[in-house]
Amino acid sequence: MQSFELIRPESVKDAIGAQSERSAYIGGGTTLVDLMKLGVMQPDHVVDTNRLGLDEIEVLDDGRLKIGARVSNSRLATDARVERDYPVLSQALLSGASTGLRNMATTAGNVMQRTRCPYFRDPAKPCNKREPGTGCSAMDGINRNHAVLGTSEHCIATHPSDMCVAMAAIGATVVVEGRKGTREIPFEDFHLLPGDHPEREHDLRSDELITHVVLDAPLEGAVSTYLKLRDRASYEFALASCAAIVTLEGTKVTAARIALGGVATKPWRAVDAEAALVGEDATAKMFEQVALLAFQRAIPLEHNAFKVELGQQAIARALRDAVQQASQGEHQ
Amino acid sequence: MSDQTLGAGPKRIDGRLKVTGQAPYAADHALDNTAYGYGVFSTISRGRIVSLELDAARAMPGVIEIFHHGNFPALHHTPSSMAKGNKVEETRLPFEDERIYYDGQFVALVVAERFDQARAAAQAVKVRYEEETPRANLEQGVKAHGTKKGKGNHSRGDADGAFERGTHQIDVTYTTPVETHNPMEMHSTLAHWPDGRLQVFESSQGVVQQKGAMAKIFNLAPHKVEVISTFIGSGFGSKLWMWPHAVAAAAASREIKRPVELVVPRQQMFTTTGHRPETEQTLKLATDDQGRLIALSHHSVSTTSYTDQYVETCGSVTKSLYSCDNVSITHRTTEVNRGTPTSMRAPGAAPGLFALESAIDEMALEAGIDPLTFRLNQFAERDESQDLPFSSNHIKEAAERAAEQFGWHQRNPKVGSMRDGREIVGYGMAACNWEAIKRPCDAHVALRADGTVYASCATQDIGTGTYTIVAQTLVELTGVPFERIEVELGDTSYPKGPISGGSWTTATTLPAIAEATRHAIDELKTRAVRSGGPFEGVDVEALTFDNGVLSFEGKRIPFAEALSTMKLANAEGEAHTEGADTSKYSYRSFGTHFVEVRWDPLLANLRVARVVSAIDVGRVMNEKTARNQVEGAVVMGIGMAMFERTEYDPRTARVVNNNYAEYLVPVHADQPEVDVILLDYPDTAFNEFGARGIGEIGITGLAAAVANAVYHATGVRVRELPITKEALMGAV
Ligand SMILES: Cc1cc2nc3c(=O)[nH]c(=O)nc-3n(C[C@H](O)[C@H](O)[C@H](O)COP(=O)(O)OP(=O)(O)OC[C@H]3O[C@@H](n4cnc5c(N)ncnc54)[C@H](O)[C@@H]3O)c2cc1C
Ligand code: SF4
Repeated sequence: MQSFELIRPESVKDAIGAQSERSAYIGGGTTLVDLMKLGVMQPDHVVDTNRLGLDEIEVLDDGRLKIGARVSNSRLATDARVERDYPVLSQALLSGASTGLRNMATTAGNVMQRTRCPYFRDPAKPCNKREPGTGCSAMDGINRNHAVLGTSEHCIATHPSDMCVAMAAIGATVVVEGRKGTREIPFEDFHLLPGDHPEREHDLRSDELITHVVLDAPLEGAVSTYLKLRDRASYEFALASCAAIVTLEGTKVTAARIALGGVATKPWRAVDAEAALVGEDATAKMFEQVALLAFQRAIPLEHNAFKVELGQQAIARALRDAVQQASQGEHQ
Repeated sequence: MSDQTLGAGPKRIDGRLKVTGQAPYAADHALDNTAYGYGVFSTISRGRIVSLELDAARAMPGVIEIFHHGNFPALHHTPSSMAKGNKVEETRLPFEDERIYYDGQFVALVVAERFDQARAAAQAVKVRYEEETPRANLEQGVKAHGTKKGKGNHSRGDADGAFERGTHQIDVTYTTPVETHNPMEMHSTLAHWPDGRLQVFESSQGVVQQKGAMAKIFNLAPHKVEVISTFIGSGFGSKLWMWPHAVAAAAASREIKRPVELVVPRQQMFTTTGHRPETEQTLKLATDDQGRLIALSHHSVSTTSYTDQYVETCGSVTKSLYSCDNVSITHRTTEVNRGTPTSMRAPGAAPGLFALESAIDEMALEAGIDPLTFRLNQFAERDESQDLPFSSNHIKEAAERAAEQFGWHQRNPKVGSMRDGREIVGYGMAACNWEAIKRPCDAHVALRADGTVYASCATQDIGTGTYTIVAQTLVELTGVPFERIEVELGDTSYPKGPISGGSWTTATTLPAIAEATRHAIDELKTRAVRSGGPFEGVDVEALTFDNGVLSFEGKRIPFAEALSTMKLANAEGEAHTEGADTSKYSYRSFGTHFVEVRWDPLLANLRVARVVSAIDVGRVMNEKTARNQVEGAVVMGIGMAMFERTEYDPRTARVVNNNYAEYLVPVHADQPEVDVILLDYPDTAFNEFGARGIGEIGITGLAAAVANAVYHATGVRVRELPITKEALMGAV
């Protein structure tokens, strides 16, 4: 770990002023400090966000939920409004990491967390994301944990967050502030596909600070579930996960949101599957069919081909579990 | 005091120190003026160092010195003899030359005023390598240069011929991956040289061996080296023998004339402190038309390093568990570019029994016989490999009791036939087995004038409860309660004790402690009857010692009072006890595991729901710590069955999953109900207490029991560990 200067601004304005190409904001530090110790991220200055406030959760007049960038994953997961209106988010958060990590981790830090690709974490190995143009070690290496959706020939790393999968399903806006003012970025546009530039992970300029994430108003009468599949029962990143939100009229699906984790290079909305499901009967068979659609464009590699089927299973089961709640009269 | 004697289940005497953070581990010891070391580790696996760029690092704050092959002091190799007490697993010294044999090998050591300064400077060192194509795994090793003969081979009868004659045959190959020990406490060394003597605080399972090796390497008289390891955050075998970091720290300290502390980072716990090697095991079994085993061969190849030959003796149990006239066991090794492997909990037997007990299951099914019945019919009555009787063997009772408790007889043998909602239930079983060894040991015991009893021995408590059972032995022999007992272990200034490994600590240490206690009591009595003693003139044979009290014809004097009267500080006893006599008996421990797995086919989700294990380890010395060892080993066995695998990039031989997030071990949520039956039949042919040791047996066979249960649930015979989702997906 290289020496760095810790800057502790008291206002958002000062924080933005202190930020540069060679610095990094720090939330809980559970990603950043880890990567600094490995020599993967080497900021000269670390700009602390701890004194900026940004730790409120408030319901806006239009029914949306505004979450401060510094709200911890634990607090967000157990917030009464989140538990009531967005249980899928609460479940996703609680399925991630460990209690200790969730207590430290912040909302903005979680959105911004880096991939767990082992070659990214090993500065001795080529990696286009860490050092553009050096090549992708994972492509022909150990790639069991890597993505099958949204990949490019330059990078196949997953975005590892659970929280973001639920947010993608719910619909959200990332509010950022920089020297040029405030911007609102739709959640689905915030994370970028690797394409030719895997080093660019999001639509955030170097001075910009995430101040809030605003969740869309909850879908009226929706049922939902977050399902995470992994090797061991807890404390592991997803091999495949699915956040499913549906509304029903009788047995017919009237709206569907399906987002995937563990299988894609960014929090992934399975829009084809969603479209195919709306208007159809909510049957196990139907769920299996739309699950296939979600992986039509999957590109499996040597060790991760099983993720296609696993992801399909996650979708089918998540939808079934969600709909089962409806039949048991348990809404959201 | 009955709740503190042997066989009872008192709590650990060091428990409070540990949970309150007062127990000092190696790196907790603070010495004035300590400097901190941090390694620069190779990022290639095979080749040589061409140059090191050190200027930038040298100029960084706090840097005192940077050691590497160009300036490291010349040292000596240890002959590496366990019998002589100087064994190491990797004989090559750190910085010996510019060669690179494995990823994560020490190429330099930065020593600085502070830990963070050493680490920052270490990362600033630039190394240029000339890289050669590494052999990254067993397959590549065998392809490049074949295999070499290993130790522990055995043959009787004609296994190949008998196989050909068999009515039912199986010929199958199993593989197991590299596993990394991953104790919580990292390897660490704090070394210094007071008055030309070397004193080392180390996280060690074998201080006596490390002392001997250090003396050889630094060319010192043995009494000039002291190794201290009072508390250990576990080792699982990785801390049995000293690794290069300890030599590096001691040499650096001598050079800079200051204490040096060196903690091995978690990533290098995967490279330079041992691992369980990869194995490939071919099993050929045949039965006659009655289902009797007539041929059994077990041929294994395991990986080793280019610097040393470590042999994973996979067939060690196969020799003697089943009765069979025609047996062939071979062990071979192939070199790969990995650090030197070492013993990991139940070395040989853990991977070996995965293969053997899976194959027995396959054989039983092939012969159309229930796997439990098949085993009960063929467990050996005597050790046919040595032609000796077992000292004590209750494996059939273990199998029957565990089967009963588990409900094996409710099993529907048809694959996939037992369902519970979305889940398919599978039942599987396997035998477990481990050798019992008792080695020579010395001990010292004192009855002290303040009423306390003191014992010391240079063995270690690696978290298993050795402090506690030594105290229990003293309670048993002196009647003095825990509150007045002091036990010191883990320091080479105490009498020579065994490594904490091989499950032999209990059987080795307690007889020596007991003997020393009896000598101390004799000394007390001898003094007491002499002139001026409280029992002056009494025949020493007539004087008794019970519950801490000397008595003769109604005169009763507690030992503390007797010593005070005589103005003596203490009455001491020393003892040397010998290893077990292996000419009359074969000493082994036995047991069985029964496992229930649940497979959700539509979610590719496998879990172990229930385990019942019956274990025959002779006398149980402490009910709590014994049970705890088996439960822990079962959980570790679940990790071996389903999660653990150190992954090496096949192109670079570099470890890929070198952290706790990606190297998976079971977490609490993976732990099933574990029911442990301790048979508790004292094996008095083995030692006076009848205890054989319990640290390792619990992990043996467990992975096979899981795999056998998985087959029963899914119809998929997994012959490659760990059992992953992808291996089972697509199963009906
Ligand atoms: C062992 C382990 C297991 C884990 N398991 C899981 C899991 O199962 N599921 C899961 O979802 N996650 C998991 N995580 C990841 C964890 O959720 C993230 O590390 C955490 O959410 C990051 O939040 P933080 O506040 O600590 O971020 P930090 O480490 O402080 O920052 C992360 C990144 O965000 C940037 N940043 C921080 N705040 C802001 C801001 N306000 N504006 C702009 N940029 C900002 C930082 O510069 C940095 O680049 C795991 C992590 C570990 C270490
Ligand atoms: S997958 Fe992406 S992060 Fe991983 S090595 Fe390739 S480029 Fe780097």
